Amino acid sequence: MASKYSNITFMGYRRENGRVGVRNHVIILPVDDISNAACEAVANNVKGTMALPHAYGRLQFGEDLETHFRTMIGTGSNPNVHSVVVIGIEPEWTRRIADGIRTTGKEVAEFSIEQKGDFETIRAASWAAKDFVHKATEVQREECSISELWVSTKCGESDTTTGLGSCPTVGNMYDKLLPEGITGFFGETSEITGAEHICQKRAINEEVGERWYKMWKAYQDEVIFAHQTDDLSDSQPTKGNILGGLTTIEEKALGNLEKIGRTSQYIDILDPAEQPSSGNGLYFMDSSSAAAECVTLMAAGGAVIHTFPTGQGNVVGNPIVPVIKITANPRTVRTMGEHIDVDVSGILRRDQTIDEAGDALIEMIRRTANGRNTAAEALGHREFSMTKLYRSA
Amino acid sequence: MSNIPHLLVHDHEDNVGVVVVEGLTAGTEMFCCVTHDNSTFTLTAGADVPIGHKIALKDLKEGDTAIKYGEDIGKIIADIPKGAHVHTHNCKTKRW
Repeated sequence: MASKYSNITFMGYRRENGRVGVRNHVIILPVDDISNAACEAVANNVKGTMALPHAYGRLQFGEDLETHFRTMIGTGSNPNVHSVVVIGIEPEWTRRIADGIRTTGKEVAEFSIEQKGDFETIRAASWAAKDFVHKATEVQREECSISELWVSTKCGESDTTTGLGSCPTVGNMYDKLLPEGITGFFGETSEITGAEHICQKRAINEEVGERWYKMWKAYQDEVIFAHQTDDLSDSQPTKGNILGGLTTIEEKALGNLEKIGRTSQYIDILDPAEQPSSGNGLYFMDSSSAAAECVTLMAAGGAVIHTFPTGQGNVVGNPIVPVIKITANPRTVRTMGEHIDVDVSGILRRDQTIDEAGDALIEMIRRTANGRNTAAEALGHREFSMTKLYRSA
Repeated sequence: MSNIPHLLVHDHEDNVGVVVVEGLTAGTEMFCCVTHDNSTFTLTAGADVPIGHKIALKDLKEGDTAIKYGEDIGKIIADIPKGAHVHTHNCKTKRW
Protein backbone atom coordinates (compact mmCIF):
# COMPACT_ATOMS: atom_id res chain seq x y z
CA MET A 1 0.00 0.00 0.00
CA ALA A 2 1.33 3.44 -0.90
CA SER A 3 2.35 5.64 2.01
CA LYS A 4 3.77 9.16 2.20
CA TYR A 5 7.20 7.51 2.03
CA SER A 6 6.56 5.56 -1.21
CA ASN A 7 7.33 8.46 -3.53
CA ILE A 8 10.62 9.52 -1.97
CA THR A 9 13.38 9.57 -4.55
CA PHE A 10 17.03 10.56 -4.47
CA MET A 11 19.83 11.16 -6.96
CA GLY A 12 22.16 8.16 -6.85
CA TYR A 13 24.75 6.33 -8.91
CA ARG A 14 23.35 3.27 -10.66
CA ARG A 15 26.03 0.59 -11.02
CA GLU A 16 26.57 -2.17 -13.58
CA ASN A 17 24.89 -4.80 -11.35
CA GLY A 18 21.78 -2.67 -10.76
CA ARG A 19 22.67 -1.63 -7.20
CA VAL A 20 22.57 2.08 -6.35
CA GLY A 21 25.31 4.04 -4.60
CA VAL A 22 25.21 7.46 -2.97
CA ARG A 23 28.94 8.21 -3.28
CA ASN A 24 31.34 7.72 -6.18
CA HIS A 25 34.69 6.75 -4.69
CA VAL A 26 37.76 5.48 -6.52
CA ILE A 27 39.52 3.40 -3.88
CA ILE A 28 43.05 2.03 -3.60
CA LEU A 29 42.62 -1.20 -1.65
CA PRO A 30 45.54 -2.99 0.05
CA VAL A 31 45.22 -6.78 0.22
CA ASP A 32 47.47 -6.84 3.27
CA ASP A 33 49.13 -4.54 5.81
CA ILE A 34 52.48 -4.39 4.00
CA SER A 35 50.81 -2.99 0.85
CA ASN A 36 49.44 0.04 2.72
CA ALA A 37 52.44 2.23 1.82
CA ALA A 38 52.11 1.64 -1.92
CA CYS A 39 48.34 2.32 -1.77
CA GLU A 40 48.85 5.55 0.16
CA ALA A 41 51.52 6.64 -2.37
CA VAL A 42 49.09 6.05 -5.27
CA ALA A 43 46.35 7.99 -3.48
CA ASN A 44 48.83 10.81 -2.94
CA ASN A 45 49.78 10.82 -6.64
CA VAL A 46 46.22 10.79 -7.95
CA LYS A 47 43.77 13.29 -6.45
CA GLY A 48 40.21 12.10 -6.10
CA THR A 49 41.25 8.63 -4.96
CA MET A 50 41.32 7.23 -1.45
CA ALA A 51 43.58 4.56 0.07
CA LEU A 52 42.04 2.22 2.66
CA PRO A 53 44.96 1.15 4.87
CA HIS A 54 44.32 -1.56 7.47
CA ALA A 55 46.24 -3.80 9.83
CA TYR A 56 45.84 -7.38 8.58
CA GLY A 57 46.06 -9.80 5.68
CA ARG A 58 49.14 -11.97 6.17
CA LEU A 59 49.03 -15.55 7.50
CA GLN A 60 45.35 -15.59 8.32
CA PHE A 61 43.55 -18.91 7.77
CA GLY A 62 40.19 -20.65 7.98
CA GLU A 63 37.11 -18.63 8.91
CA ASP A 64 39.30 -15.67 9.83
CA LEU A 65 40.73 -15.54 6.30
CA GLU A 66 37.26 -15.97 4.76
CA THR A 67 36.03 -12.97 6.78
CA HIS A 68 39.05 -11.01 5.52
CA PHE A 69 38.27 -11.87 1.87
CA ARG A 70 34.56 -11.10 2.30
CA THR A 71 35.43 -7.73 3.86
CA MET A 72 37.87 -6.82 1.07
CA ILE A 73 35.66 -8.01 -1.79
CA GLY A 74 32.53 -6.54 -0.21
CA THR A 75 34.18 -3.15 0.31
CA GLY A 76 35.28 -2.99 -3.31
CA SER A 77 31.87 -4.23 -4.47
CA ASN A 78 29.91 -1.61 -2.47
CA PRO A 79 27.93 0.60 -4.90
CA ASN A 80 29.38 3.72 -3.25
CA VAL A 81 32.62 2.66 -4.97
CA HIS A 82 33.00 3.46 -8.68
CA SER A 83 36.19 1.50 -9.33
CA VAL A 84 39.04 -0.13 -7.47
CA VAL A 85 42.82 -0.43 -7.65
CA VAL A 86 43.86 -3.53 -5.65
CA ILE A 87 47.48 -3.84 -4.47
CA GLY A 88 48.91 -6.86 -2.63
CA ILE A 89 52.34 -8.28 -1.95
CA GLU A 90 51.80 -11.39 -4.11
CA PRO A 91 49.55 -12.04 -7.11
CA GLU A 92 47.26 -14.90 -5.97
CA TRP A 93 45.31 -13.37 -3.10
CA THR A 94 45.42 -10.06 -4.97
CA ARG A 95 43.71 -11.71 -7.96
CA ARG A 96 41.16 -13.46 -5.75
CA ILE A 97 40.04 -10.12 -4.33
CA ALA A 98 40.14 -8.30 -7.68
CA ASP A 99 38.13 -11.06 -9.38
CA GLY A 100 35.63 -11.07 -6.51
CA ILE A 101 34.99 -7.37 -7.02
CA ARG A 102 34.84 -7.82 -10.83
CA THR A 103 31.68 -9.94 -10.50
CA THR A 104 29.82 -6.64 -9.92
CA GLY A 105 30.86 -5.52 -13.40
CA LYS A 106 32.85 -2.53 -12.16
CA GLU A 107 36.39 -1.77 -13.27
CA VAL A 108 39.19 -3.22 -11.18
CA ALA A 109 42.96 -3.02 -11.74
CA GLU A 110 45.27 -5.27 -9.74
CA PHE A 111 48.97 -5.03 -8.93
CA SER A 112 51.37 -7.12 -6.87
CA ILE A 113 54.61 -5.88 -5.42
CA GLU A 114 56.89 -8.96 -5.37
CA GLN A 115 59.66 -8.86 -8.02
CA LYS A 116 58.77 -5.26 -8.86
CA GLY A 117 59.09 -3.22 -5.66
CA ASP A 118 57.03 -0.29 -4.50
CA PHE A 119 58.30 2.19 -7.15
CA GLU A 120 57.30 0.17 -10.20
CA THR A 121 54.00 -0.90 -8.59
CA ILE A 122 53.11 2.68 -7.62
CA ARG A 123 53.95 3.92 -11.13
CA ALA A 124 51.71 1.37 -12.88
CA ALA A 125 48.90 1.60 -10.31
CA SER A 126 48.91 5.41 -10.49
CA TRP A 127 48.20 5.27 -14.23
CA ALA A 128 45.24 2.95 -13.62
CA ALA A 129 43.96 5.12 -10.76
CA LYS A 130 44.15 8.27 -12.90
CA ASP A 131 42.17 6.58 -15.66
CA PHE A 132 39.50 5.57 -13.11
CA VAL A 133 39.23 9.12 -11.74
CA HIS A 134 38.56 10.50 -15.22
CA LYS A 135 35.82 7.92 -15.75
CA ALA A 136 34.29 8.32 -12.28
CA THR A 137 34.07 12.08 -12.56
CA GLU A 138 32.01 11.77 -15.75
CA VAL A 139 29.34 9.56 -14.16
CA GLN A 140 26.08 11.43 -13.53
CA ARG A 141 23.67 10.90 -10.67
CA GLU A 142 20.21 9.71 -11.68
CA GLU A 143 16.84 9.55 -9.97
CA CYS A 144 16.39 6.42 -7.87
CA SER A 145 13.60 5.09 -5.68
CA ILE A 146 13.87 5.00 -1.88
CA SER A 147 13.32 1.23 -2.20
CA GLU A 148 16.80 0.93 -3.74
CA LEU A 149 18.57 2.13 -0.58
CA TRP A 150 20.44 -0.26 1.70
CA VAL A 151 20.65 1.26 5.19
CA SER A 152 22.56 -0.17 8.16
CA THR A 153 22.54 0.71 11.85
CA LYS A 154 24.73 0.28 14.90
CA CYS A 155 24.81 2.49 17.98
CA GLY A 156 27.81 3.60 20.01
CA GLU A 157 28.82 5.33 23.24
CA SER A 158 25.29 4.48 24.26
CA ASP A 159 23.67 5.82 27.37
CA THR A 160 20.12 5.82 28.68
CA THR A 161 19.14 8.54 26.19
CA THR A 162 19.84 6.21 23.25
CA GLY A 163 17.14 3.83 24.47
CA LEU A 164 14.75 6.76 25.04
CA GLY A 165 15.42 8.76 21.88
CA SER A 166 17.99 8.05 19.19
CA CYS A 167 17.53 4.25 18.91
CA PRO A 168 13.71 4.46 18.72
CA THR A 169 14.22 7.14 16.02
CA VAL A 170 16.14 4.64 13.90
CA GLY A 171 13.51 1.99 14.71
CA ASN A 172 10.76 4.33 13.56
CA MET A 173 12.67 4.90 10.29
CA TYR A 174 12.92 1.12 9.71
CA ASP A 175 9.23 0.62 10.55
CA LYS A 176 8.40 3.20 7.86
CA LEU A 177 10.98 2.38 5.15
CA LEU A 178 11.27 -1.44 5.30
CA PRO A 179 7.67 -1.72 4.00
CA GLU A 180 8.80 0.49 1.08
CA GLY A 181 11.35 -2.13 0.07
CA ILE A 182 14.63 -0.93 1.51
CA THR A 183 17.23 -3.41 2.74
CA GLY A 184 18.35 -2.97 6.34
CA PHE A 185 21.11 -4.30 8.57
CA PHE A 186 21.49 -4.50 12.34
CA GLY A 187 23.83 -6.66 14.43
CA GLU A 188 26.23 -6.33 17.41
CA THR A 189 26.02 -9.95 18.59
CA SER A 190 27.57 -9.39 22.04
CA GLU A 191 25.38 -6.38 22.79
CA ILE A 192 22.14 -8.31 22.35
CA THR A 193 23.07 -10.25 25.50
CA GLY A 194 20.36 -9.45 28.01
CA ALA A 195 17.66 -9.07 25.38
CA GLU A 196 18.25 -12.27 23.38
CA HIS A 197 14.80 -13.61 24.31
CA ILE A 198 13.25 -10.53 22.67
CA CYS A 199 15.56 -10.49 19.65
CA GLN A 200 14.81 -14.13 18.87
CA LYS A 201 11.10 -13.31 18.73
CA ARG A 202 11.67 -10.51 16.22
CA ALA A 203 12.58 -13.03 13.51
CA ILE A 204 10.13 -13.42 10.65
CA ASN A 205 9.50 -17.03 11.65
CA GLU A 206 10.59 -19.63 14.20
CA GLU A 207 13.19 -21.23 11.95
CA VAL A 208 15.06 -17.93 11.47
CA GLY A 209 14.69 -17.18 15.18
CA GLU A 210 16.22 -20.52 16.10
CA ARG A 211 19.15 -19.98 13.73
CA TRP A 212 19.59 -16.54 15.28
CA TYR A 213 19.65 -18.01 18.79
CA LYS A 214 22.22 -20.66 17.81
CA MET A 215 24.47 -17.95 16.36
CA TRP A 216 24.15 -15.84 19.51
CA LYS A 217 24.69 -18.87 21.80
CA ALA A 218 27.77 -19.92 19.82
CA TYR A 219 29.26 -16.51 20.56
CA GLN A 220 28.61 -16.98 24.28
CA ASP A 221 30.05 -20.52 24.31
CA GLU A 222 32.95 -20.13 21.89
CA VAL A 223 34.13 -16.65 22.79
CA ILE A 224 33.03 -15.64 26.26
CA PHE A 225 33.16 -18.95 28.10
CA ALA A 226 35.67 -20.95 26.04
CA HIS A 227 38.25 -18.19 25.99
CA GLN A 228 37.50 -17.00 29.52
CA THR A 229 37.66 -13.38 28.39
CA ASP A 230 36.73 -12.74 32.01
CA ASP A 231 32.98 -12.10 31.85
CA LEU A 232 32.57 -9.06 29.61
CA SER A 233 31.43 -7.23 32.72
CA ASP A 234 34.47 -5.00 32.58
CA SER A 235 33.87 -4.10 28.92
CA GLN A 236 30.09 -4.42 28.59
CA PRO A 237 28.72 -1.95 29.46
CA THR A 238 31.78 0.12 28.52
CA LYS A 239 33.22 2.76 30.80
CA GLY A 240 31.56 5.38 28.59
CA ASN A 241 28.19 3.62 28.87
CA ILE A 242 28.47 3.59 32.68
CA LEU A 243 29.39 7.29 32.78
CA GLY A 244 26.25 7.87 30.73
CA GLY A 245 24.11 6.05 33.29
CA LEU A 246 23.81 2.53 31.85
CA THR A 247 24.27 0.02 34.66
CA THR A 248 23.93 -3.48 33.17
CA ILE A 249 24.30 -5.34 29.87
CA GLU A 250 20.55 -6.12 30.01
CA GLU A 251 19.68 -2.42 30.18
CA LYS A 252 22.09 -1.66 27.35
CA ALA A 253 20.72 -4.48 25.18
CA LEU A 254 17.10 -3.40 25.62
CA GLY A 255 17.99 0.13 24.50
CA ASN A 256 20.03 -1.23 21.60
CA LEU A 257 17.10 -3.30 20.28
CA GLU A 258 14.94 -0.17 20.05
CA LYS A 259 16.77 0.32 16.70
CA ILE A 260 14.49 -2.21 15.01
CA GLY A 261 11.35 -0.35 15.99
CA ARG A 262 7.97 -1.79 16.89
CA THR A 263 6.98 -3.83 13.85
CA SER A 264 10.16 -4.66 11.90
CA GLN A 265 11.20 -8.32 11.69
CA TYR A 266 14.49 -9.70 10.39
CA ILE A 267 14.27 -12.13 7.50
CA ASP A 268 17.71 -13.76 7.64
CA ILE A 269 21.08 -13.88 9.39
CA LEU A 270 24.38 -12.92 7.75
CA ASP A 271 27.94 -13.93 8.53
CA PRO A 272 30.30 -10.99 9.15
CA ALA A 273 30.60 -8.95 5.90
CA GLU A 274 28.25 -11.32 4.03
CA GLN A 275 26.07 -9.79 1.33
CA PRO A 276 22.31 -10.48 1.65
CA SER A 277 20.73 -12.89 -0.80
CA SER A 278 17.18 -13.33 0.52
CA GLY A 279 15.71 -10.18 -1.06
CA ASN A 280 14.57 -6.88 0.42
CA GLY A 281 14.12 -6.68 4.17
CA LEU A 282 15.96 -6.49 7.47
CA TYR A 283 19.00 -8.68 8.18
CA PHE A 284 20.87 -9.44 11.39
CA MET A 285 24.62 -9.52 10.71
CA ASP A 286 26.75 -11.49 13.18
CA SER A 287 29.15 -8.68 14.03
CA SER A 288 31.41 -7.09 16.58
CA SER A 289 29.92 -4.37 18.75
CA ALA A 290 33.03 -2.22 18.27
CA ALA A 291 31.86 0.73 16.16
CA ALA A 292 34.49 0.87 13.42
CA GLU A 293 34.55 -2.92 12.95
CA CYS A 294 30.77 -3.16 12.78
CA VAL A 295 30.33 -0.30 10.30
CA THR A 296 33.13 -1.75 8.15
CA LEU A 297 31.42 -5.18 8.09
CA MET A 298 28.01 -3.72 7.20
CA ALA A 299 29.56 -1.58 4.44
CA ALA A 300 31.15 -4.75 3.07
CA GLY A 301 27.71 -6.36 3.21
CA GLY A 302 26.50 -3.65 0.84
CA ALA A 303 24.94 -0.92 3.00
CA VAL A 304 25.34 2.52 1.38
CA ILE A 305 24.18 4.68 4.31
CA HIS A 306 24.75 4.01 8.01
CA THR A 307 22.53 5.42 10.77
CA PHE A 308 24.40 5.73 14.08
CA PRO A 309 22.58 6.61 17.30
CA THR A 310 24.89 7.86 20.03
CA GLY A 311 24.40 9.03 23.59
CA GLN A 312 27.72 10.14 25.04
CA GLY A 313 29.11 10.94 21.57
CA ASN A 314 30.87 8.35 19.41
CA VAL A 315 32.83 10.03 16.57
CA VAL A 316 33.20 7.04 14.17
CA GLY A 317 33.04 7.31 10.38
CA ASN A 318 33.73 5.05 7.42
CA PRO A 319 35.76 5.69 4.26
CA ILE A 320 33.08 4.65 1.75
CA VAL A 321 29.76 4.89 3.62
CA PRO A 322 28.33 8.13 5.04
CA VAL A 323 27.59 7.67 8.75
CA ILE A 324 24.63 9.74 10.02
CA LYS A 325 24.91 10.52 13.74
CA ILE A 326 21.75 10.88 15.80
CA THR A 327 21.63 11.89 19.45
CA ALA A 328 18.92 12.66 21.98
CA ASN A 329 21.37 13.74 24.68
CA PRO A 330 21.26 17.56 25.00
CA ARG A 331 24.66 17.62 26.71
CA THR A 332 26.22 15.81 23.74
CA VAL A 333 24.54 18.25 21.34
CA ARG A 334 26.04 21.09 23.36
CA THR A 335 29.55 19.68 23.85
CA MET A 336 30.05 17.67 20.61
CA GLY A 337 27.70 19.36 18.17
CA GLU A 338 30.16 19.14 15.27
CA HIS A 339 29.63 15.35 15.20
CA ILE A 340 25.82 15.34 15.20
CA ASP A 341 23.69 15.25 12.02
CA VAL A 342 20.25 14.76 13.59
CA ASP A 343 19.44 16.29 17.00
CA VAL A 344 16.44 14.51 18.55
CA SER A 345 16.89 15.87 22.07
CA GLY A 346 13.35 17.25 21.75
CA ILE A 347 12.19 13.70 22.55
CA LEU A 348 13.54 14.07 26.09
CA ARG A 349 11.79 17.43 26.51
CA ARG A 350 8.58 15.83 25.16
CA ASP A 351 8.32 18.50 22.47
CA GLN A 352 9.18 16.03 19.67
CA THR A 353 7.51 12.66 19.15
CA ILE A 354 9.32 9.50 18.00
CA ASP A 355 7.22 9.73 14.83
CA GLU A 356 8.48 13.27 14.13
CA ALA A 357 12.06 12.24 14.93
CA GLY A 358 11.77 9.28 12.53
CA ASP A 359 10.61 11.63 9.78
CA ALA A 360 13.54 13.97 10.50
CA LEU A 361 15.94 11.03 10.13
CA ILE A 362 14.31 9.92 6.87
CA GLU A 363 14.75 13.46 5.53
CA MET A 364 18.43 13.42 6.55
CA ILE A 365 18.85 10.01 4.86
CA ARG A 366 17.36 11.46 1.66
CA ARG A 367 19.63 14.52 1.77
CA THR A 368 22.68 12.36 2.52
CA ALA A 369 21.79 10.07 -0.38
CA ASN A 370 21.59 13.15 -2.60
CA GLY A 371 25.15 14.04 -1.68
CA ARG A 372 25.10 16.03 1.57
CA ASN A 373 28.29 15.21 3.46
CA THR A 374 27.72 13.91 6.97
CA ALA A 375 29.53 15.31 10.00
CA ALA A 376 31.84 12.26 9.98
CA GLU A 377 32.69 12.85 6.30
CA ALA A 378 33.32 16.56 6.84
CA LEU A 379 35.57 15.78 9.81
CA GLY A 380 37.56 13.15 7.88
CA HIS A 381 36.52 10.10 9.91
CA ARG A 382 37.51 7.15 7.71
CA GLU A 383 37.86 4.28 10.16
CA PHE A 384 38.37 1.04 8.20
CA SER A 385 38.77 -1.78 10.72
CA MET A 386 39.07 -5.47 9.98
CA THR A 387 37.28 -7.94 12.23
CA LYS A 388 39.79 -10.57 13.34
CA LEU A 389 38.38 -13.78 14.79
CA TYR A 390 41.60 -15.35 16.15
CA ARG A 391 45.39 -15.30 16.01
CA SER A 392 47.16 -15.50 12.66
CA ALA A 393 49.41 -18.48 11.88
CA MET B 1 3.21 19.17 27.10
CA SER B 2 3.96 22.52 28.66
CA ASN B 3 6.31 21.32 31.40
CA ILE B 4 9.73 19.94 30.52
CA PRO B 5 10.18 16.67 32.44
CA HIS B 6 13.12 16.03 34.75
CA LEU B 7 12.66 12.26 34.65
CA LEU B 8 11.40 9.86 32.00
CA VAL B 9 10.06 6.36 32.69
CA HIS B 10 9.59 3.89 29.82
CA ASP B 11 6.80 1.74 31.21
CA HIS B 12 4.30 1.65 34.10
CA GLU B 13 5.87 -1.58 35.39
CA ASP B 14 9.28 0.10 35.75
CA ASN B 15 10.73 0.80 39.20
CA VAL B 16 13.51 3.11 37.91
CA GLY B 17 13.41 6.26 35.76
CA VAL B 18 16.03 8.26 33.83
CA VAL B 19 17.11 11.83 34.61
CA VAL B 20 16.89 13.81 31.36
CA VAL B 21 18.03 17.26 32.50
CA GLU B 22 21.51 18.48 33.38
CA GLY B 23 22.38 19.66 36.88
CA LEU B 24 19.56 17.96 38.81
CA THR B 25 20.04 18.65 42.56
CA ALA B 26 18.85 16.81 45.65
CA GLY B 27 15.48 18.00 46.86
CA THR B 28 14.17 18.95 43.42
CA GLU B 29 10.49 18.19 43.01
CA MET B 30 10.83 16.32 39.73
CA PHE B 31 8.19 16.42 37.04
CA CYS B 32 8.13 12.83 35.70
CA CYS B 33 6.63 11.38 32.54
CA VAL B 34 5.91 7.78 31.51
CA THR B 35 6.72 7.73 27.78
CA HIS B 36 4.40 4.78 27.11
CA ASP B 37 1.28 6.97 27.49
CA ASN B 38 2.63 10.43 28.50
CA SER B 39 1.06 10.12 31.98
CA THR B 40 2.82 12.25 34.61
CA PHE B 41 3.63 12.26 38.33
CA THR B 42 6.00 14.01 40.72
CA LEU B 43 8.87 12.64 42.81
CA THR B 44 11.50 14.28 45.02
CA ALA B 45 15.12 13.72 43.98
CA GLY B 46 17.08 12.20 46.86
CA ALA B 47 20.51 13.11 45.48
CA ASP B 48 22.36 15.15 42.86
CA VAL B 49 22.01 12.80 39.89
CA PRO B 50 23.68 13.40 36.48
CA ILE B 51 21.73 13.41 33.23
CA GLY B 52 21.18 9.89 31.93
CA HIS B 53 21.43 8.24 35.35
CA LYS B 54 18.60 6.42 37.07
CA ILE B 55 16.48 7.17 40.15
CA ALA B 56 14.41 4.67 42.17
CA LEU B 57 10.66 5.24 41.82
CA LYS B 58 9.97 3.38 45.08
CA ASP B 59 11.90 1.84 47.97
CA LEU B 60 13.95 -1.07 46.60
CA LYS B 61 15.39 -3.86 48.78
CA GLU B 62 18.54 -5.93 48.30
CA GLY B 63 17.54 -8.93 46.17
CA ASP B 64 14.80 -7.08 44.27
CA THR B 65 14.81 -6.92 40.48
CA ALA B 66 15.35 -3.60 38.69
CA ILE B 67 12.67 -3.16 36.01
CA LYS B 68 13.04 -0.85 33.01
CA TYR B 69 11.31 -1.12 29.59
CA GLY B 70 9.00 -3.41 31.60
CA GLU B 71 11.90 -5.90 31.62
CA ASP B 72 14.42 -7.31 34.10
CA ILE B 73 17.63 -5.25 33.85
CA GLY B 74 19.45 -6.69 36.87
CA LYS B 75 19.42 -7.28 40.62
CA ILE B 76 19.41 -4.72 43.43
CA ILE B 77 22.48 -5.40 45.64
CA ALA B 78 21.86 -2.81 48.39
CA ASP B 79 18.72 -1.21 49.79
CA ILE B 80 17.76 1.91 47.80
CA PRO B 81 15.28 4.46 49.13
CA LYS B 82 12.70 6.00 46.81
CA GLY B 83 14.23 8.98 44.96
CA ALA B 84 17.85 7.78 45.33
CA HIS B 85 20.48 7.21 42.61
CA VAL B 86 20.47 3.70 41.09
CA HIS B 87 23.71 2.63 39.40
CA THR B 88 26.61 0.17 39.54
CA HIS B 89 27.05 0.69 43.32
CA ASN B 90 23.62 -0.79 44.10
CA CYS B 91 22.49 -2.64 40.96
CA LYS B 92 24.19 -5.45 39.01
CA THR B 93 23.58 -7.74 36.04
CA LYS B 94 22.19 -11.22 36.78
CA ARG B 95 24.33 -12.67 33.98
CA TRP B 96 27.63 -12.99 35.80
